[in-house]
Amino acid sequence: MRRRALLAAAAALAAPAALATEPSEILTDPALEVRARAIGRTLRCVVCQNQAIDDSTAEVARDMRRAVRERLVAGDSDPAVYAFMVARYGDYVLLKPPFKAGTWALWLGAPAVLAVAAVALFVAARRRARSPAPAAPVLSDAERQRVASLLASGRDPAPER
Amino acid sequence: MSTRWLYLLPLATLGIVAGFFAWSLTSDRNPASIGSALVGRPAPTLNAAPLREGETAVTDASLRGRPVVVNFFASWCAPCQLEHPILMRLAEREGATVVGIAYKNKPADALAFLKRLGDPYKHAGLDPDGKIAIDWGLSGVPETYVIDARGIVRLHFRGPISERDVKDSILPALKAGS
Amino acid sequence: MIPELGHFALILALCVALVQGTVPLYGAARGEPALMALGRMAALAQLALVGVAFAALTHAYLTSDFTVANVVANSHSAKPMLYKFTGVWGNHEGSMLLWTLILALFGAAVAAFGENLPETLRARVLAIQALLGVGFLAFLLFTSNPFERVFPPPADGNGLNPLLQDPGLAFHPPLLYLGYVGFSVAYAFAVAALIEGRVDAAWARWVRPWTLAAWCFLTLGIALGSWWAYYILGWGGFWFWDPVENASLMPWLAGTALLHSAIVVEKRDALKSWTVLLAILAFSLSLLGTFLVRSGVLTSVHAFAQDPARGLYILAFLLAVTGGGLGLYAWRAPALKPGGLFQPVSREGGLILNNLLLSTLAVAVLLGTLYPLFLDLLTGEKVSVGPPFFNATFVPICAPLFAALCVGPFLSWKRSDLWPALRRLQIAFAVSVAAALIAAFAIDGRSTLAAIAFGFGVWLILGTLAGALDRVAGGAGAMQRLRRLPRAFIGMSIAHAGLGVVVLGCVGAGAWNLEAMRAMKHGDRMSFAGYEFTLRGVEEVPGPNWIAERATLEVTRGGAPFTTLRPERRLFTVQRRLIAETAIQTNLVRDLYATLGESDGQGAWVVRLYFNPLAPWIWLGAAFCALGGFVSLTDRRLRVGAPSRRRTVLPPAAQPAE
Repeated sequence: MRRRALLAAAAALAAPAALATEPSEILTDPALEVRARAIGRTLRCVVCQNQAIDDSTAEVARDMRRAVRERLVAGDSDPAVYAFMVARYGDYVLLKPPFKAGTWALWLGAPAVLAVAAVALFVAARRRARSPAPAAPVLSDAERQRVASLLASGRDPAPER
Repeated sequence: MSTRWLYLLPLATLGIVAGFFAWSLTSDRNPASIGSALVGRPAPTLNAAPLREGETAVTDASLRGRPVVVNFFASWCAPCQLEHPILMRLAEREGATVVGIAYKNKPADALAFLKRLGDPYKHAGLDPDGKIAIDWGLSGVPETYVIDARGIVRLHFRGPISERDVKDSILPALKAGS
Repeated sequence: MIPELGHFALILALCVALVQGTVPLYGAARGEPALMALGRMAALAQLALVGVAFAALTHAYLTSDFTVANVVANSHSAKPMLYKFTGVWGNHEGSMLLWTLILALFGAAVAAFGENLPETLRARVLAIQALLGVGFLAFLLFTSNPFERVFPPPADGNGLNPLLQDPGLAFHPPLLYLGYVGFSVAYAFAVAALIEGRVDAAWARWVRPWTLAAWCFLTLGIALGSWWAYYILGWGGFWFWDPVENASLMPWLAGTALLHSAIVVEKRDALKSWTVLLAILAFSLSLLGTFLVRSGVLTSVHAFAQDPARGLYILAFLLAVTGGGLGLYAWRAPALKPGGLFQPVSREGGLILNNLLLSTLAVAVLLGTLYPLFLDLLTGEKVSVGPPFFNATFVPICAPLFAALCVGPFLSWKRSDLWPALRRLQIAFAVSVAAALIAAFAIDGRSTLAAIAFGFGVWLILGTLAGALDRVAGGAGAMQRLRRLPRAFIGMSIAHAGLGVVVLGCVGAGAWNLEAMRAMKHGDRMSFAGYEFTLRGVEEVPGPNWIAERATLEVTRGGAPFTTLRPERRLFTVQRRLIAETAIQTNLVRDLYATLGESDGQGAWVVRLYFNPLAPWIWLGAAFCALGGFVSLTDRRLRVGAPSRRRTVLPPAAQPAE
């Protein structure tokens, strides 16, 4: 922890508020540059907090951007560039976590909750529709009177209050 | 009906989440740690220009045959000064082979740094633009790797190593790796 | 002397909160009016005491009293007055005190405006509110005392993080806390109702205004935070899915669901236990956010100085509050009688769908935020969950939500028909599809998703308009009907359309933005997005506690002068930190956005330009949402504490002779 703080302080003094991706880094081939930017937006700067290397001013982020561009210029496909980074920094470097055993729960958790809840609601609705038993509850005398008076006055029993 | 357990579901979820939080707070887990992808895998290739004049380049050959400690450092990095005496002892007293890579450092500055604090490095190379660092999955300096005789990365420390790291993990790894 | 007064006031407030948290509860259980009445007095006293403490800390900041450790750590004598003031809550201790103050404020508001509440319910709500206060006051006093002294006092303070020296700090945290803490009232009502074992339409009507008010503040707070990030971080991003942003989004989602489900309780006496659960969860998720920011279990740009002891305390508190509420829920909620029956296709059905999807969204955010922590602890594997993940999981769930949002208001209660509603929406639907197609082919060929999202934004606005027109138009008396529209309906329409505006803004700024960067020398000209930018110079400008390099960028359009942008780089002298100050020219439809980068030492400066179409709509739309909430609040039926139980059930004319 302490080292990170020192590093951050050192970086702040050495390369202060440098911009994220800089003009000197831009590739001459616009198609490659578009790919590089797209990849840069999905790789995590390893010393920052939840920042993509494309947006980060950290030195190591700049080096990683350069590495991405070197791989692209060398003819690597996008998956190959990701593989290159994962081999060095692990899955941590991917802002979009891979779909693997350890992340199934992450990827499928919310859809699973949605599916289970939807099925449960559906079943409950069906059950309710099939069993008419509670549909005719016994009315108390007061309620009976109220029904009578409502019917007499011809009002909708569920008015906008 | 037996839907009563459903009402316990939120409480159970809270229990699980809170359990994780308590676990995290009481363990010595460092939330900023990013881990290492290299441990257990062959060390990345190394080809660094020599730091000291007249020496040959630092290459994979410099790492083979015996367990080595690879240390990335820079003269401008304060924590590197902090850990430097430990590296010195590791090299001098324990006889470990330590390889140093000067990260984004002018050779003159790095040499002055070593002259001032001592030079623990059997081989010393230069990484002027941080390219080697990316290959080694570096996030900053200092970082230290222990590589066994067959070239497999055994340990990877991000940040300065301590006496305790030396005693508890680096020396045993060096011994086991030979 | 004054800091000790503040400290003393906090201790007194804790004592008062202890009394307020126990005696009225006992009184309500035993039916003793005198003991119950104590709650109101105590709530007002608590506000006064916490107010004194807050004033004392503010005094210490404004006078730069460097005998107070908190002031030393977070202030500096050369800081502008505004930031001396806002610096009070720009740190852990002070922000906790602000949180406690707002909690006391809401407690006092319930005491002051809750005249129509039944005595026992009011006593219980105030007592629970006070128990929450006990937790925060004890936290302040025992782990985070803002009034701690230092001796000898240093000559000057360490200053405030330059990123926080911004007008944003004046509004963002207070609004956010008004939202977070406002949900505590909903929580207190939920727990009180569980104790009483009674949830009915009247209960829902009491809870809704508080929830709505909190929701409006939270909406504004989140939007302001996003806007702040947009102009300070210097690359045009507006939402980063940072854990702390997520932590504010989760209670917002739960609160939004609560607003809607409370309507069902109010109108149809259904969804009762679910609504109570949401009320507990909305506040619990607010507390979770506090825990995440202050405990250090996750890393985030927003994190305060972290301390494991504090983390354990907040965790224990979180567990007590949430666990207490949910335990009570598990025990008492099954006894709540299920209410009115309805068909799946009905207003109730629509609102259930709304709740289902909003809850799923909250689950998606929760999982994404906490998963790296879970996985790390269980397996030691490190993963990151960033924007691409949320774009892939969160956004698709929004689609059915947005699609259904316009249809729901057309459905009638209990039993309805889908076709008439859809028929009345066909024009809105056709225009939205056309908009999506135009967006796909004319504006942007790159992203189909953005075009679809754009269509959804248009749909939300037009579909809502169609709903409003449907209520008004058709034959004579349209004006009269317009005037007679309930405020709640007008508010809903504004908020729903506002959401559409937000969506359009997000698509524009997120997917259709243009970017250019270049190293420019004096006199260099760059054409970008239909404008020409000329660098007229970079000069050094002194500020109160910074020195800035300020560029002058002349912007022309077709040769005619258009505007001048002056982006800066400020070096804060105390912290030796550089902060980029962006220059933004907006016409409310698009932003021209410029930042100044480094110089190469040979007279060239890196200049970054962005053209962000529709970007202002993100925050404008959010403001509409909040405005809709406030309009709805003015509805007679929703006024705080408006109805009393049972009085409104029958119109007097139909009262049967008893």
